[in-house]
Amino acid sequence: MALNRRSFLKAAGLTTLAGLGGHAAMELLAPGALDAAQPAKIGAFPEALIGKRWAMVIDSTKFTSMRLSQKCIDACHTAHNVPNIPGKQEVKWLWTDSFQRVFPDQRNEFLPVDIKHQPFLVLCNHCDNPPCVRVCPTGATFRREDGIVMMDMHRCIGCRYCMVGCPYGARSFNFRDPRPFIANINHRYTTRMMGVVEKCTFCEDRLARGLMPVCVEASEGALIFGDLGNQDSKVRKILRERFSLRRYPSLGTEPHVFYLI
Amino acid sequence: MYDGNKIIPGLIIFVGLVTFPFWSNIGRAAYERPELKLDAVETECVEPAEWMRAEHMRLLDDWRDLVVRDNMRLYVNQAGRSFDMSLTNTCLSSGCHANKAEFCDRCHATLAVSPSCWDCHVVPPTPIVEE
Repeated sequence: MALNRRSFLKAAGLTTLAGLGGHAAMELLAPGALDAAQPAKIGAFPEALIGKRWAMVIDSTKFTSMRLSQKCIDACHTAHNVPNIPGKQEVKWLWTDSFQRVFPDQRNEFLPVDIKHQPFLVLCNHCDNPPCVRVCPTGATFRREDGIVMMDMHRCIGCRYCMVGCPYGARSFNFRDPRPFIANINHRYTTRMMGVVEKCTFCEDRLARGLMPVCVEASEGALIFGDLGNQDSKVRKILRERFSLRRYPSLGTEPHVFYLI
Repeated sequence: MYDGNKIIPGLIIFVGLVTFPFWSNIGRAAYERPELKLDAVETECVEPAEWMRAEHMRLLDDWRDLVVRDNMRLYVNQAGRSFDMSLTNTCLSSGCHANKAEFCDRCHATLAVSPSCWDCHVVPPTPIVEE
């Protein structure tokens, strides 16, 4: 049957009308019946903290002794099931080191004694230009829009390129099953398995629930966490007012952990 | 037939080996769906039970990618109920599947599959009661 242009347009118009009208009729006669067939919805928790660029400020003037640092480390490692393995196979998310080793660029023989012997907290710097992400062959580690450098343990094949790539030594490899080395397993968080690399995640799971990172909560105000993308945030205010250092800025990784000296 | 005294026993042995799965199964009990034990806290799963039975691994796989890669953690099912997309904190902790040995493991063991989920994901010892 040959269809001329006129009858085709008529038929198309009627079909469109029937389609639109049909939906409206369904809505009238059986409200919600069409919606019930909608797929499930996904999203973020309403209480989630959303940031443009997360960053941490470490007020090193408040970390004069090991007490507060250890408190933060313990809080972090307990919450994230980080195993306590002595020796070369140690796993760490948050730890301390001396000024000379944290800031080798600032080499200075005549440092004040208290700074020389002070423990400095170190963690993943969540770089803008993270070398670990660049070298990861599986995309297991990646940089989120909000600046957090994440690990997808499901994809990690344990090649340890990222550990070589990271200039801060922020990554640890699980040489063995970590579970026997965790004193009290936090049943709300996962452990890792043998053969994957792990590191600090800026507590992205807590941010998603509207909570601050564990170390920040334990730090008695000495760690400040916030959004650098927000002009009025606490971190921006502090960085405007006080002098801060970053680790190895000359490498161009743009680290986002700032040390107030 | 030349060499029939070698070929015929050889054929019989060959056919016997090839059909081994069939005759070794004679007299054994047929596959039965294992009896699963559910804690009677919830009556409904995240999605209909029939669908979950066949597709739970797909759902969990979607959840893991959404949570880890896309930072999406809230799942609203077709009935409009919200869930935290978490194996440990939702499925295993809610009191629904707190008893892994009598729920997850029974089917997995019968079907001889060993998912690696629990290498990392913690099985809570007792159901954690929601605050």
